[in-house]
Amino acid sequence: MEWVNDHWGDIFALARSHVWLAGLPLVLGLLIALPLGWAARRWSRLYPVLISASGLLYTIPSLALFVLMPLILGTRVLDRANVVVAMTIYTVALLVRTVADGLGSVPEATLQAARAMGYKGLRRFFGVELPLAVPVIAAGLRVAAVSNVSIVSVASLIGVSQLGNLLTDGYDRFITAEIVAGIVACVVLALLFDGLILLGQRLLTPWVRAQGGRA
Amino acid sequence: MIASILEWLTSSATWSGEAGLGARIVEHLWYSLLAVVIAAAVAVPLGLWVGHTGRARWLVSLANSLRAVPTLGLLFAVALWLGPKISGELAFLIPSVVVLVILVIPPILSGVYAGVEAVDPATRDAARGMGMRGMEVVRQVEIPNALPLILSGLRSAFLQVIATATVAAYIGLGGLGRYLVDGIKTGDYVSTAGGAVVVSVLALLVDGVLALVQRLVVSPGLTGGRTGRTRRGRSEPTTASTSPTTSTGSSTRSPARSGMSAGDGGVDSHAT
Repeated sequence: MEWVNDHWGDIFALARSHVWLAGLPLVLGLLIALPLGWAARRWSRLYPVLISASGLLYTIPSLALFVLMPLILGTRVLDRANVVVAMTIYTVALLVRTVADGLGSVPEATLQAARAMGYKGLRRFFGVELPLAVPVIAAGLRVAAVSNVSIVSVASLIGVSQLGNLLTDGYDRFITAEIVAGIVACVVLALLFDGLILLGQRLLTPWVRAQGGRA
Repeated sequence: MIASILEWLTSSATWSGEAGLGARIVEHLWYSLLAVVIAAAVAVPLGLWVGHTGRARWLVSLANSLRAVPTLGLLFAVALWLGPKISGELAFLIPSVVVLVILVIPPILSGVYAGVEAVDPATRDAARGMGMRGMEVVRQVEIPNALPLILSGLRSAFLQVIATATVAAYIGLGGLGRYLVDGIKTGDYVSTAGGAVVVSVLALLVDGVLALVQRLVVSPGLTGGRTGRTRRGRSEPTTASTSPTTSTGSSTRSPARSGMSAGDGGVDSHAT
């Protein structure tokens, strides 16, 4: 506890960096996974291809992906972009399937009703399909958020600073309090992301609560 | 740069010797297998028990909430705590394996639990109605029906162990992680990237092999044959009646069919 009291400033700076490295890929990953998931739904032959491709990407160990990023992107080894891109890849890998399955969970009758009311193309997608898929997509996003927060801490091994630095530094210098602080900070951050997504889901799907109230 | 990495990967000096690439690959697979086997020995019976009796569901939620703990932190904390208590070679091995085991209990446990939980209650009732006892129901009905999800839990566990064993090189474990961790420390990017390529290929190969095993073992004919083979004649009809359920179960449950390890773990963790 003493160690923590002396290092609040450091912890907050590292936490801010951690939020960026884990959060930005979450947003980017969702933006990329949405059209991919839609395409997987639209052309059924694409579905198995996209699902197995994303499965293969997720198979690559995080440290290896971080290390290989400069080779693929041409960035410098210590560039933070390496971590952001690698995490975006993982996020997309997790979310493509979620988005496709979420869109698939929208009942056919609802889609027909929407069409009968004149919803077409993009307007139907953003007005009917996507909102109804929110619960499934949000569940996937929560999984991705928690795993991102955990994986990002590995980036301290390649010299990109975030909360993982507390872990490596604590280990190198035998400061148990620092490791514990790092673990707690990561868990708190994961819970924070989780809570935010849950809140977003509530706000985006008011009808779920309305139904619950009636029943 | 790519050329020199290829040269490193193909040179015989890289592959030979006690600390050569070949030996490191064997080490890496050995640690991973050890951790998965120990974790499965704990998690599979536990998951079957929770799924079968419906008791102590909190165990599954607890295991799932463990996922939020950063692996790296767990690794270092256990290494600092256990390391000084053990002497010699084992000082590096035991803490790492302990962490790897803790890490993969959740995916295996939730896979087994979700699999058993998803067994159609009518199937289970039918088995009881035909005179099967508790353990017989578990062995002949619940396990075969749950096999797709059990195996995808094991598969994602194996991949997670391969990835984390790489990171464990930082606390002194051998295996392929040595190339990455040592390479970063000495600024030798060629062997770092080379090691990363090998670990990635290894993970992909293991995933492919396990996917194949999954396909072979879960095929409806095989599951029917397996359960019927060792039992008395009386249980034959039961086996026959459960096997259609097995086949529809595995084809409608998409996580098992398309075999994406990553998504499965995730979906499971929030299903509970």
